Amino acid sequence: MARHEAFDGGEETRQRITFTIDGEKITAFAGQSILEAADAAGIYIPRLCDVEGLDPQGSCRVCTVKVNSRPVASCVHPVSADDVVENDTEEIRRWRRDLIKMLLHEGNHLCPICEASGRCELQAMAARFETLEPDLYPYLQPVRPVDASHPDIMLDTNRCIRCGRCIRASRDVDRKYVFGYIGRGIHKRVGVNATDLAHTRIDLDDAAASLETCPVGCIIRKRVGFFAPIGRRQFDLQAPGDEIEKRKGEGK
Amino acid sequence: MVNVVCSKFNSDRGRLIDILLDIQSTARHISEEAIEEVASALGIHRVEVEGVVTFYSFFSQTPKGRVAIRLCDDIIDRHAGAEAVGQVFSEALGIGYGQTSTDGRFSLDKTACIGMSDQAPAALINNEVAPSLTPDTARRIALRLVQGMPPESLFEDFGDGNNSHPLIRSAVNNNIRLIGDILLAGDIESGKGLERAFALTPERVVEEISGSGLRGRGGAGFPTGKKLALARAFPAQRRFVICNADEGEPGTFKDRVLLTERAELLFDGMTIAAYAIGASEGILYLRAEYSYLRGYLEEILARRRASGLLGGEIHGSKGFGFDIRIQMGAGAYICGEESALISSCEGLRGEPKNRPPFPVEKGYLGYPTVVNNVETLCNISRIMERGGAWFASYGTGQSAGTKLLSVSGDCGKPGVYEAPFGLRVRELLEMVEADNPAIVQVGGPSGAMIGKVDFDRRICFEDLPTGGAVMVFGARRNALKIVDAFLEFFIDESCGYCTPCRVGNVFLQERIQKIMNGFGETGDMDYLESLSRTITATSRCGLGATSSRPVTSSIQQFPLVYASLTKEPKDGLHAGFDIQRGLEISRKIARRQSMIYDRRYGEEDGQA
Ligand SMILES: Cc1cc2nc3c(=O)[nH]c(=O)nc-3n(C[C@H](O)[C@H](O)[C@H](O)COP(=O)(O)O)c2cc1C
Ligand code: SF4
Ligand code: SF4
Ligand code: FES
Repeated sequence: MARHEAFDGGEETRQRITFTIDGEKITAFAGQSILEAADAAGIYIPRLCDVEGLDPQGSCRVCTVKVNSRPVASCVHPVSADDVVENDTEEIRRWRRDLIKMLLHEGNHLCPICEASGRCELQAMAARFETLEPDLYPYLQPVRPVDASHPDIMLDTNRCIRCGRCIRASRDVDRKYVFGYIGRGIHKRVGVNATDLAHTRIDLDDAAASLETCPVGCIIRKRVGFFAPIGRRQFDLQAPGDEIEKRKGEGK
Repeated sequence: MVNVVCSKFNSDRGRLIDILLDIQSTARHISEEAIEEVASALGIHRVEVEGVVTFYSFFSQTPKGRVAIRLCDDIIDRHAGAEAVGQVFSEALGIGYGQTSTDGRFSLDKTACIGMSDQAPAALINNEVAPSLTPDTARRIALRLVQGMPPESLFEDFGDGNNSHPLIRSAVNNNIRLIGDILLAGDIESGKGLERAFALTPERVVEEISGSGLRGRGGAGFPTGKKLALARAFPAQRRFVICNADEGEPGTFKDRVLLTERAELLFDGMTIAAYAIGASEGILYLRAEYSYLRGYLEEILARRRASGLLGGEIHGSKGFGFDIRIQMGAGAYICGEESALISSCEGLRGEPKNRPPFPVEKGYLGYPTVVNNVETLCNISRIMERGGAWFASYGTGQSAGTKLLSVSGDCGKPGVYEAPFGLRVRELLEMVEADNPAIVQVGGPSGAMIGKVDFDRRICFEDLPTGGAVMVFGARRNALKIVDAFLEFFIDESCGYCTPCRVGNVFLQERIQKIMNGFGETGDMDYLESLSRTITATSRCGLGATSSRPVTSSIQQFPLVYASLTKEPKDGLHAGFDIQRGLEISRKIARRQSMIYDRRYGEEDGQA
C-alpha cells in the first residue's frame, strides 16, 4: 500500500491546495498528511513513531500540531485547504517536551551504556527539547526479560517506546509479521510471533532489523555493537530533521 | 475443541472475540496451544491472537476457576464495603485476589465497575450478578458454592420487572426511581415508532430526528440526525448500525435498565436508524458484564425475526431488510469509544482508529457506520412515534428531551431517574435523599467533580453534560482517594496506544498519591495541571482527553484539601523528600542498614 493512501481517498484528491504553517504559505495535495506536506516544504515537524517508508501510526504524539486551534497528530491528519497550522510555538514545544520526558522515564534509558547512543532518535529528540537532565517525573523502571535467543539479533524491550516501527516494517515491508503488540495500557509491549525471537523468521536483512527501524536501542545486532566512535555517530554529525530543513530553499 | 469453536464461527477472523470467549468459558483460560490453534484455524499470526487475548481483561492465560468470582472494584463499591465482602470470599475459598484454588474450582479477582453501583457492593459469579452484598450474604453464597451449587442456582429471589423473566432470572433490581414521559413511562407501546417511520421516506425520518434536537446520550452529545444524514450521504455498498451497550463508565447503569425493560424499543430504534441510512446489518455491542441479559435479548431478536420485524423484508417496510447480531465485549472500557468498539467488532484489539475518516464514512469493515448509545436509539423510536416537536418540548434549548441519570453513592435512593434536561444538581440531590453531600461526580470519572458551590448548576449540554452517571459523596469521603481511584481506573483501562495517556496517567497518579501520603509540596499542583494539559491536548481519543479531569476539577473545586496536604519547600529542599522513605529502597537493594540513619546499626545484622 502506498504511503498515506488512506488519506488520498484513492481517486479524487490529487488537486493542489494551500494552507499555512506558522504563518508560512504552503502548497500541498488535498488529503496528504500535514507532516508529509510540511516535509515536502522543508519544514520539520518532530516525530518518533513515523518514519519514511512506513504507514503512519499516530501513537507517539510528538508530531502534535494545532490545526485551526485544535491539537492533532500531524502524521495522521489530512490537510485541508486554508488550514491554519501551528507548529513551533511555546505551548506545542512544551507538549512535545513532556511527551519526550514521558518516554524517557517510561523505559530504562541509560544512554551512556546503550548501544544506540548517538544514533537514538529519542536521545536526539531529548537534546532538541533540552531535557537532558532527570526531572520530577518518576522512573518506571521496567524489568522485562531480554530475548537473546536469536543468533544475530537481540531484543531488549525495556527501552521500547511502543512506536510500532518494527511491527509495521516486518508486516508491510518484509511480509513476515515477526512482531506484534501484546497487553494493554502501561503493560502494552512488543511481542514476537513465536515463543522467542529465534523461532521467528527474522534475519539481518529484514527491514525490521535495519538500523533505521528501531528509533531507540531495542533491536540490537549482535557482534557489531558501538560501531561508530563518539563524534562520528549518526546524530553527532547531523540532527534529525536537518535533511528535511535542507529542502527548504532548494525549491523542493 | 478449538477447531470446533472456530468452525462454529466459520473460522471468520472477524469473530475472534467470540471464539476466544467460547474457549475461555469452556477451558477457563486460553493456553499457548489454544493461541497457536486458533491462529492456524483462522489463518492469522499467533502474535495477533496473543495481542487480542492480552488486551481484554476477561481473557486469561492462566486457568480461572470453574466458578470465577469478580468483585466490583469501583469507588462506590469500595465505600459500600467491598473490601469486607472480598475478605469473606477470600477466606471461605482459601484464595487471594488474582488466585485460583488448587483444585481449579474457584478464582477471585477484582474488576472494573460492572454497572451495579446502585446495588453496591456487587460481584459477578461467572455470568451471574450478585448484587447488594454484605459479609453475611457473601458468606452464604460462598458456602453454597463450596457445597457445589452452580452459580445459576444461587439466587431464589429475583429482581423486579424483567429481572425475573425466565430467561434472565437475576437478583438485580431496576431501581427505577423517577419515571419520565419519554423512556420509562408505563404505557409505551413498542412498534408504533417503527410503523410511522416506514410510512415516511428515509429522508423524512432523518429530518424528523434532526428536528427533534436529539443529541447522543453516550456522553459526547453529537446531534443524532446529523450523524444519520452523514452516514446516509456517504456513497457505499453496505452500511451498518451499531448500538453501543458497553456502558463502562463507572457509576453508569441506566442502559442496563433499558436493555432489561425497553429492549423492543431499542431494537425498533436500531431498525429505524437502519432504515434511515439504508443499512441492512446491525450489531448490538453488549459488555461482557451484562452477559446475564444475553439469552433474553437473543430471544427477543429471534421473536422479531419470526414475526417479520427483522430479516429479509421487514413487515410494512416495502422491501427493506435488516438484521441484528449481538457482539459480546470481553472486559475493556475503551471499547465503549466508538472506533475502538468497531475494532472490537472486527475481532481486533480494542484500540481506537485514526480519525478522520470518521465511522460515518469508514466504520465497521470500512463501511459507513452509525454508532449510537442505547438510550439514543430508544429515543429515536419515541420521536418517530410522537414526533420531534413533542420530544423537543422537554428539556432546554440545546438539550431536548429527558436524560436517564444513574445515581449512586451516599444517598438514600440510588437508582435510575428520568428527568428532563435542565435539572439542577441540588434538586437531584434532594430527590435522591443525598446524605450530607460534599462532592458530586457528574458524568463519571471522565466528567466533572463538583463541590457545594456548584450545586445550582444544571444537568444539560449547556452546563454540566453527562452520559448519565451521578456519583454522590458525603462529607466524610476523602476527595483525593476518589481522584486516586479514578486515575487507577484510567491507568487500567488505557489501551496504551499513545504516549500521553499510557504514561501520563501513571505520573498523575504517582503525584496524587505522594500528596495523599503527606509528602505534597506547593509546586505539585502546578505540575499536575501542566501534565494534565499535555495529556488532554495530545491524547489520541476521548479517554486520554478526559482522564485528567478528576485531577484538574478537584484542584479547582477543593483547593483547601490540597492546601492542607502540601507544604512549602524550605531552604531549597524538597518538602516531599523523606530520607527514611528513600533509605527504605536502598536498604532493600543493599540488604543492609544505613550507618548514619539507622540508630541500631551494628547491633544486629541488617538482613531484615
Ligand atoms: C473512553 C470512552 C468510553 C466510552 N464509553 C461509552 C459507552 O460505554 N457507551 C456509549 O454509549 N458511549 C460511550 N462513549 C462515547 C462513544 O464514543 C460515542 O460517542 C457514542 O457511543 C455515540 O453514541 P451517541 O451519539 O448516541 O451518544 C465512550 C467514549 C469514550 C472516549
Ligand atoms: S522495539 Fe523499537 S521499533 Fe519496535 S516498537 Fe519498540 S521502540 Fe519501536
Ligand atoms: S488516549 Fe491513547 S492510550 Fe488512551 S485510550 Fe485513547 S488511544 Fe488509547
Ligand atoms: S510521529 Fe505522529 S504520532 Fe508519532
